[in-house]
Amino acid sequence: MRETKGFKIYRAAVLAVLGLFVLIPLYVMATSSLKPLRDVQGPFTWWPSNLTLTPFVDMWKTVPLGRYFVNSTIVSVVATVFSVAIAILAAFAVSRFRFRGRTVFSTTVLSTQMFPGVLFLLPLFLIFVNINNSTGLQLVGTRIGLIITYLTFSLPFSIWMLAGYFDSIPRELDEAAMVDGCGPMGALGRVVLPAARPGVIAVAIYSFMTAWGEVLFASVMTTEANRTLSVGLRQYSTQTNIYWNQIMAAALIVSVPVVIGFLLAQRHFVAGVTSGAVK
Amino acid sequence: MSVATHEAPAEPAAKPGNTKRGLERRPGLGRWLPYLLLAPAVLLELLIHIIPMLVGIWMSFVKLTKFYIANWSAAPWAGLGNYKVAVDFDNAIGEGLLKSFGVTVAFSLITVALSWVLGMAAAVALQPPFRGRSFVRTLFLVPYALPAYAGILTWNFMLQRDTGIVNHILVDNLGLSTDRPFWLIGSNALISLITVATWKLWTFAFLTLMAGLQSIPRDLYEAASVDGAGNLRQWRNITLPSLRPVNLVLVLVLFLWTFSDFNTPYVLFGTAQPPAGDLITFHIYNASFLTWNFGTGAAMSVLLLIFLMIVTGIYLLVTGRRSRRA
Repeated sequence: MRETKGFKIYRAAVLAVLGLFVLIPLYVMATSSLKPLRDVQGPFTWWPSNLTLTPFVDMWKTVPLGRYFVNSTIVSVVATVFSVAIAILAAFAVSRFRFRGRTVFSTTVLSTQMFPGVLFLLPLFLIFVNINNSTGLQLVGTRIGLIITYLTFSLPFSIWMLAGYFDSIPRELDEAAMVDGCGPMGALGRVVLPAARPGVIAVAIYSFMTAWGEVLFASVMTTEANRTLSVGLRQYSTQTNIYWNQIMAAALIVSVPVVIGFLLAQRHFVAGVTSGAVK
Repeated sequence: MSVATHEAPAEPAAKPGNTKRGLERRPGLGRWLPYLLLAPAVLLELLIHIIPMLVGIWMSFVKLTKFYIANWSAAPWAGLGNYKVAVDFDNAIGEGLLKSFGVTVAFSLITVALSWVLGMAAAVALQPPFRGRSFVRTLFLVPYALPAYAGILTWNFMLQRDTGIVNHILVDNLGLSTDRPFWLIGSNALISLITVATWKLWTFAFLTLMAGLQSIPRDLYEAASVDGAGNLRQWRNITLPSLRPVNLVLVLVLFLWTFSDFNTPYVLFGTAQPPAGDLITFHIYNASFLTWNFGTGAAMSVLLLIFLMIVTGIYLLVTGRRSRRA
């Protein structure tokens, strides 16, 4: 590509149009969260009539946002920890061993990622209800049910991405460790994992984002006790008054942790997400 | 893995005792170790994905109404009854499914096309380095990083008829219309759905295409420039063909995602979903959980799966054949 005048005009136009497209919602979210209620009940204004932080205070009282926050945090963190740990083990097996069923495992796991969620939503709900009836283990309406479900959502992609990372770590390193008396697991812990740290971080962020943003299963498998933010935020609109300023404040607050995490690990993450297609 | 391959050295020269299969040579445990390592992943995939899918297929053949949800083994066999109801386009359920299918096809085709065009436009614009490039790239990633429901909720507010920014810009600022259109009910709902879904999805196309562009050798462009090819011709003759493998996967993934999109209609419309925005996943969800008739819902899900598998199969067949010919 040459940077001709035409190209520069093209670039300016694309950046302007897409920049606005991306920024306007973010701008609306940020400014509306600083507006008093009357501003969001009348015609839209570009700037708050007076800047106020009360939406950030009131949002915790209108709906039990604190509880949703705790639920989402526990569910997402625990699901992430287990998902990453399980993915590391599986990816290590796929990357370092040649065993019967390896290809079947890889393709099956990856293809589950492509199926629409509604396909297993009904049966899974039913399975959980019936597990509860026969064993007393409650999975619908509890955090544990959500955790088990969510950790499998990020598993296929995590395994696939980590296996790629592990493949790029020279095997002589594992073997040197094994000569020094480590078993295969020692080699994983002392050599492979430290070398694959960026991949592990990226996978952890991906798992967290998946759990934090999941809506479909949360809408069915949560009751008031284990409700997460993704469906909890909808509770604002069931009030007689729709407090859009509080909703925007809440949307902003729930986005901050994931956006920051994502942007920090952006480089590893982007490379990981896209490598499959590029390869 | 594009991120790490450059760190990997070339295949090791054959050093004694340093074979590729070192880990497997261990006797005893070594043989079972890979299966042990896979066991947790396999068990969970079985529990949450594979078994529910098989159960779902079984469900589609029984009369699983609300009376049998807690005691599913007692549900009477329905044969193809659920499927007959789902595809009987003369009655309300079948007609609703058919309409929803039509809406979803339109929604996915337009959303995928728009996302691809925007992603490509941005990726090409950011191809040559310039000051502020990495900032722009980061900014463009934000819609992808944002939790889906937070972005969609913001759009919900923006699309409100009386208090939203969209009507404020269109009607008050630009004066394009005298009365304020509804965006979340009526026939405009589809436009809203497409806009919101594209807002989130084009970023992924952008990411993928940008990574793809980086792998095109620069001297290809230089050689073309020497031959006098302009930017547009370079794009058509170099960029597009080089990105072909990326595009093949990207378009398929975008299609599968949009076709089963649930978040956008669910968060955008809540329970008052307009017929023009009745996407199929949402339709199946409502059909199942409003009436608690899981049998019909399961039959619809299976039909959706079969449809997606056929489309994917045809897509792979057609694109694969064209690749071989090329």
